[in-house]
Amino acid sequence: MLSVRSLSIDFGSGPARVQAVKDISFSIAPGETLALVGESGSGKSVTGLALTRLLQEPPAVYSGGEILFEGRNVLKMSPAELRRLRGGKIAYVFQEPSTSLNPVFTVRSQIAEALSLHRPEVSDIDAEVARCLDLVGIVDPSKRMHDYPHQLSGGMQQRVMIAMALACHPQLLVADEPTTALDVTVQAQILDQMRLIKQQIKMAMLLITHNFGIIGGIADRVAVMFRGAIVEHGSTAEVLHNPQHPYTKALIGCIPQLGQRRRRLTTIDYSTLG
Amino acid sequence: MFSYLLRRLLFFVPIVAGVMLLTFALFFMVQSPKAMAHRVLGPKATPKAVELWLHNRGYDKPLLINQIPDQPWHDSLFISQMRRLATFDLGRSDVTGRPLSEVFRQGALPSLLLTVPAFLAGLAMSVGLALYLVFIRNAAADLFASLLCVALMSVPVMVYVIFGQYLVAQVFNYFPAFGFQLNGWSTAKFLFLPIALMIVSGLGADVRLFRALFLEELGQDYIRTARAKGVSSAVVLLRHVLKNGLINLITLVVASLPFLIMGSLLLENFFGIPGLGNVLFTAIQMPDFAVVQASVFLGSLLYLGGLLLTDLCYAWADPRIRLH
Repeated sequence: MLSVRSLSIDFGSGPARVQAVKDISFSIAPGETLALVGESGSGKSVTGLALTRLLQEPPAVYSGGEILFEGRNVLKMSPAELRRLRGGKIAYVFQEPSTSLNPVFTVRSQIAEALSLHRPEVSDIDAEVARCLDLVGIVDPSKRMHDYPHQLSGGMQQRVMIAMALACHPQLLVADEPTTALDVTVQAQILDQMRLIKQQIKMAMLLITHNFGIIGGIADRVAVMFRGAIVEHGSTAEVLHNPQHPYTKALIGCIPQLGQRRRRLTTIDYSTLG
Repeated sequence: MFSYLLRRLLFFVPIVAGVMLLTFALFFMVQSPKAMAHRVLGPKATPKAVELWLHNRGYDKPLLINQIPDQPWHDSLFISQMRRLATFDLGRSDVTGRPLSEVFRQGALPSLLLTVPAFLAGLAMSVGLALYLVFIRNAAADLFASLLCVALMSVPVMVYVIFGQYLVAQVFNYFPAFGFQLNGWSTAKFLFLPIALMIVSGLGADVRLFRALFLEELGQDYIRTARAKGVSSAVVLLRHVLKNGLINLITLVVASLPFLIMGSLLLENFFGIPGLGNVLFTAIQMPDFAVVQASVFLGSLLYLGGLLLTDLCYAWADPRIRLH
């Protein structure tokens, strides 16, 4: 369904030009979940945004490769085609729910905006918004949808973001650090919810995270990104239990584990990674 | 909400009293009432005439507090004037003797005829232009417009006035540059230049400010969310950016509303428009303390009213703000 082939992305121009993404390739099949793991600045968020050309151009430059979605190159789409793709076929959930929702519009009007763009055939907006909110586990949705974002807790806000993303039945959900801004218990609830929803509706997912700890139960495959390149790629079980690349080994060594006392967490020695 | 309003309105009293005390002190620090009488009546006035002038207007009383034995302490110039103003009795002009409520009513119309169209057109133009510049941001035209704005705001208003009068009245002979009458079409024709000048002199600064405001909104996370939903650039600007930017804009705009009534001191003077700005300007020159005092009184009330209105608008536009 989605296939990224030797994609390179640069930022800036002239001598200040930096290559943020270097010749990466991966693909996602319908219904499949791929986790893109890496540290801050490794290029994983840039990759996620690039899938529907959401990066600000300039400074971003797509310097090579192609992004094929259902056989068509996203990088060659017209603005109108891109708008149909965004939200309609590929939807996003971002890291910081408190700033990602527009503070001056109600939850209802923000979800309704997505519906009006991609599912104009929906006539009973209120019922559809309530259904979306119910799907992500919001109690009393027909009342909550008239709230403004600041009236909701962080976990509720992220549920609203997910509801908004799912409202238009996308084929691919790009979840960019969806639980990083939330505390650990809420994080677990949100991940459970996402797993549940994925079982209910057949939707592929690109899960972008720096945390190996959360991908175990949710991702089918893992791609590890380091300095803009994918350094390791394989099934989740394979990568978690038998990591090949020294960076992956080091990253997995960073996860604290229950029941192991007084073991020092590993650090990453960048000088050996080249 | 009601208690909030009441509390804010009660605060008006000490603030206005303080402003009035300051105006009073500053005015009479520069000249005594006697010197004022001499300036109004001319150098040849007899001491008797001066005394009579002072007595008729109450200026023979002690200035702040009456310390003369056997007289009540509050029988002073300042306190008696404050008691009069507290009932919204503006009094009469020291020089012409005309009731000031009438003077202000007459002056308000020309002032508003100048400032309201200039304000509305200026606001629409600067918001529209700023939105357009944000839409084409980083293009060459955006850079050029920014430079033009800096140029516009760098030129002193006086240059606009003199150049504008020369160009329109002398070169094109479009209308007399001076002399205002309330007379339908010719008034509109006459006001065209001062209104245009008022817009142009404020445009540069406003466009730059609004553009910066909108650009800041554009970098917010929720704008990225909107784009990720498939919202077009134009709708992002007109819906998401404008509504959020509006909240910041309100503070700037509503607080400036009272100044519309007070008129433009400079432009009214240069174009001979008999508005409130002109009334105040001549009163300071004369000097006519009654007019200065009444102008400051009304001006500070209007200003406070504007600030209160700003806060009310804030609460109306931004759901995160509650007044209590």
